Amino acid sequence: MTQLQLDLQLRRRRTRRWQEEAIKGLLFLCALLSIVVTVAIIAVLARESFTFFRSVPVWDFLFGTRWTPLLEPRSFGVLPLLSGTLMIVFGSALIGIPIGLASAIYLSEYASSRVRGIVKPILEVLAGIPTVVYGYFALTFITPLLRVVAPETNIFNAASASIVVGIMVLPMVASLCDDALRAVPDSLRQGAYAVGATQMEVATRVVVPAALSGVMASFVLALSRAVGETMAVTIAAGATPKLTLNPLESIQTMTAFIVNVSLGDTPTGTVEYQTIFAVGALLFCITLVANIAGYRIMRRFREVYE
Amino acid sequence: MSGVLESPANLHRRRTMARAFRTACMLLAWLCLVLLVVLLIHATYEGLPWLDLQFLREFPSRFPERAGIKSALYGSLWLISLTAGFSIPVGVAAAIYLEEYARRSRIHSLIEVSIANLAGVPSIVYGILGLTLFVRWLALGRSVVAGALTMSLLILPVIIIASREALRAVPDSIRQAASALGATQWQTIRHHVLPSALSGILTGTILALSRAIGETAPLIMIGALTYVAFVPAGPMDAFTALPIQIFNWVSRPQQEFHQLAAAGIMVLLTVLLLMNAAAVIIRHRSQRNRL
Repeated sequence: MTQLQLDLQLRRRRTRRWQEEAIKGLLFLCALLSIVVTVAIIAVLARESFTFFRSVPVWDFLFGTRWTPLLEPRSFGVLPLLSGTLMIVFGSALIGIPIGLASAIYLSEYASSRVRGIVKPILEVLAGIPTVVYGYFALTFITPLLRVVAPETNIFNAASASIVVGIMVLPMVASLCDDALRAVPDSLRQGAYAVGATQMEVATRVVVPAALSGVMASFVLALSRAVGETMAVTIAAGATPKLTLNPLESIQTMTAFIVNVSLGDTPTGTVEYQTIFAVGALLFCITLVANIAGYRIMRRFREVYE
Repeated sequence: MSGVLESPANLHRRRTMARAFRTACMLLAWLCLVLLVVLLIHATYEGLPWLDLQFLREFPSRFPERAGIKSALYGSLWLISLTAGFSIPVGVAAAIYLEEYARRSRIHSLIEVSIANLAGVPSIVYGILGLTLFVRWLALGRSVVAGALTMSLLILPVIIIASREALRAVPDSIRQAASALGATQWQTIRHHVLPSALSGILTGTILALSRAIGETAPLIMIGALTYVAFVPAGPMDAFTALPIQIFNWVSRPQQEFHQLAAAGIMVLLTVLLLMNAAAVIIRHRSQRNRL
């Protein structure tokens, strides 16, 4: 090989190494973006909330019982919104958790692989339906049904929104629980059958307790989804922030409030405008804590089978 | 001995309980199918009479019989194309870095935590972020591009997680064979790892995009308009989208508009169905090729 050829080869190798490093750097920047987004969310929420809390004391915000930010006399107590959200969360848990867990038990303990092949895709389709469609369903189908049963039901009410949010989180509960139940080794089931347990006893006293961490985690993650759910509650639950325990009344959740403010034309920089950031920050904190708790439970209490 | 043996009555009771439990679980599982069918039938029953070519060709109107979803359909198309253009390259690149390059380090675990966290952030919070970041700071206004950037951030974690799974499924022997023949790491990824993971990445990406097409709350936050009687001509134009139009119709009190919403829902669900079918076909094909 001549000197020239060697030189060329060396140079080519050098540019290639440089290219390799450049590509790696570029890929790294893309990966870094997720940290940037997280920081950006926290920064945006913190900055605007900070200005908000300069005019409204934190204490009044967190423990006030009247929420009238757009009407005189203005009052910024977030409890009515929080109670609205909690009502939806509680109601959706009542629907989503039992049906989800029962479906998971059916799928993992009873169903043949053919039935699994039908039910699993149905759950995926249910999970993929946009929330605005569920909102429509609540308003035009479930609410009229409720009014047949209880005529005093308001057109906008927490109950019908809770029911559709429950349907919405159901696939998540079912699929996470199904994964957890199927991870329980068969030897445990066989041991229980060997001492004479029925199928139900095996499922409820052996398999579910053995998979408890995954089951609990699925509940927590589903609740966190319900907290952040927006469109169905905006459409079906109403826009009247109030402290009530009656699910047939119109309420307002934190998410629905944010949507309603941004639908109107509230000028930027006013306290009214900043409320969406304060409420958004509270929403972000609640879901963050719930998600972290969910993943912790999943990891901490996982039974380890060899 | 008789103390150990179970009385026939007790055994009978336990067996009956077990049968009842089994039936209950089965019924609740099939209830999901019933719910889905009821939902679809209800929307079809309400919306079908309104669903015709005119509905697809007309702009929204105050008069229900003249209203259509042309601007929403085009808006959604614009939105989803731009979102795909932003989020797929970045998401796949991030997944490649995390699966192929990253060593265990502090920054690496920080990225992992961020992605897990971002996947659980409510979509409306992304709307607040988009409103501040894109609409105000970058002064993009209430444009398609602002909406697409917001949506991209929203589905980025989904794309990253799905792509990482696809990359992880590629056997290590392929990487080792490539580097044994003298390929650099990027050459290995570009020519061998990515092609084998492509179908998995595509499937995950299509599902992520189908989530973006149905998302409403972030678009309302960034101020996607509800009355748009034109088709966006460029990325800086104002726009509306299918779910926004549906929301607008649902939130009116008149019965006719609710039926229009149902017709809009049928269009939206059809689009989603087509995207899901595409994902299923891609998955099926790649499985057949592997055998």
